[in-house]
Amino acid sequence: MMDKLLFGDNQFFGINHMSEEKARAQAMRFQDTSAIMEVLDAAYDEGIRTFMCTTHDRIAEICDVVRANPGRYDGFQFYPCMPYAHKYANAVTDHGMVGAIAHFMPEDGLFKTMLRSGAALVTKDAEGIVKVLIDAEMKMFAGLRTPVIFMQNVFVDLLLGMGFTKAFRMFHDHVREKYRAEPGFITMNLPLLADALAAEGIESPIICSNINKIGFRMCGGADKYREVLESGKVRAIAMSVYASGAIPPREAIEWVAGLQGVESIVFGASSRGNIRSTRDLVAEYMGAV
Amino acid sequence: MGLSHFSMVNAHPDTQTLACDSAGFLVDVLGKYLPHTKIYTKYEELLDTGNLDAVVIATPSRLHVPMVRAALERGIHVFCEKPFCLDWRDAEELADLAEAKRLVNQVGYHYRYVGAFRRMKEIVDSGALGEIRHVVAEAYGPVVLRARKQNWRTRKTEGGGCLYDYAAHPLNLLNWFFGQPEHVSGSAMVPIFSTETDDMVMSTLRFAGGAMAQLSVNWSDDSFRKMSTKIELIGTKGRVNADRQECQLYLREEHPALPGMHKGWNVQYTTELTRDPWFYLRGEEYSAQIADFVEAVRDGKSRAAENDFRSAAITDRTLDMILEDASGVRIADPVREPVADKPAKRNWLFRTRT
Repeated sequence: MMDKLLFGDNQFFGINHMSEEKARAQAMRFQDTSAIMEVLDAAYDEGIRTFMCTTHDRIAEICDVVRANPGRYDGFQFYPCMPYAHKYANAVTDHGMVGAIAHFMPEDGLFKTMLRSGAALVTKDAEGIVKVLIDAEMKMFAGLRTPVIFMQNVFVDLLLGMGFTKAFRMFHDHVREKYRAEPGFITMNLPLLADALAAEGIESPIICSNINKIGFRMCGGADKYREVLESGKVRAIAMSVYASGAIPPREAIEWVAGLQGVESIVFGASSRGNIRSTRDLVAEYMGAV
Repeated sequence: MGLSHFSMVNAHPDTQTLACDSAGFLVDVLGKYLPHTKIYTKYEELLDTGNLDAVVIATPSRLHVPMVRAALERGIHVFCEKPFCLDWRDAEELADLAEAKRLVNQVGYHYRYVGAFRRMKEIVDSGALGEIRHVVAEAYGPVVLRARKQNWRTRKTEGGGCLYDYAAHPLNLLNWFFGQPEHVSGSAMVPIFSTETDDMVMSTLRFAGGAMAQLSVNWSDDSFRKMSTKIELIGTKGRVNADRQECQLYLREEHPALPGMHKGWNVQYTTELTRDPWFYLRGEEYSAQIADFVEAVRDGKSRAAENDFRSAAITDRTLDMILEDASGVRIADPVREPVADKPAKRNWLFRTRT
């Protein structure tokens, strides 16, 4: 069972779908990891235990803090979302496709992994490559709790459009087998993805997608979304429930809570006040977080 | 092929998609895992045997002309990535050919599909800003951040460089609003880290209606997470600023052509300016332009809804005017720091010799 309320990380990395000026102000405010930790501490103290975050380099610093203070962060868990797409996009531009993959292969003496990844490259074995890349992304979370591991939407949707759905199966199997974790998928195309995962034989997948009252970035249409949610075939996490501030908080949460099939909400906030008010609204409409 | 182009076209409910790429590794991996997609390695073979209605060309820019021509000659509709042609005369010739054959022809200037810039276009066309005189067009982002291995994007001869890759976008928007510039001056195309091409572009453009535009573009700026384009227009009756996220309008007085917009500031965000496409990958503007193309072909139209070759040729010509203007500018050698006069650094333990 996932928590009802998950804390996201967009606000820490200058991602704001409303305004470039706000995005820059946030990037400035959160350039010190201690500023991020202050907000995470506030979230923890308000009862939020799950941090859903990209595998951005700076998340590694947060992992270090949490690892070093097990008493302070008792019960705290991460939902890693990988890969951090810009890291790969830059590497592909810099080193080419094969070079980029090689660039992210582990270098630290894991001879077997090296051998496997080298062989995977030569034989074009996507499964081998997928495994090595997941392991590389997961290194920063060593020793921490990661009960759900996500594939990011840029990758999910790229593969989905291409019809390369076997990659979802590879991701699913490796996350389950090696990390004993539940695989999750982030998408902007929930109805299409739900079908593709079902076709791969992945049952009741955890899918995180935009779900909001104004239908913002719900590709395939709000009706299709409702249909998928009501079918009970996916475990849905709603993101962008406020549609970047376009919907008043109470109205937004009340609407999402009224939908069948939404298990959790992921939200971002930069102040204790906003964290608390979202928590209280979710508790009011969905039960204790 | 562009992987994301392939993904978007393939996801469209009205298409059956084939692919073509010369890069060995990618073709091998995809060939292995996409059994239902036929992947070619020779473009001519794809055109001749693929039984195509339409083709999407996302190759290095210098290859556009022969590839587009080959497709048009076979009666195939064409969507081509930007910049269209490195020589604007080729662009006009291809526009002539496509129009004569009544084939849908479109170029991937996706900013015309961004909600906030579409709104800006409506505002410009409404006349509510009065006479627009003052224009600032900017684009910044993190593409070339250090000296590095060269590829086609960093070679001017192949259509790489900051002018073709980045500046083409804000310029294409200015062409949309004001047409072809009458005069270009003060242009500079300057390398920062690159050896074979420009990393920043500046220029001043004058348009027929009296608008003067200042262009400032730099792709070696990692204070931006990804490419960010911004246009500001000041007219006699107001101002409008737009970027990918929002459109900010300032009106000195209300205007009947813009109902609901008040005197003073009016801000509209992506959330209200965006229509959701059938498929989303990295931004709705990308799939929206592909949808327009696919649907024009499907519905038997002879022209694209936006960004036809003719309009892209105007941007190619604008790029050429800047290139020509900049070629007269001599860039000074980097300033050298005087070494001899540098004071010796001291610290508590050692005296540093210089």
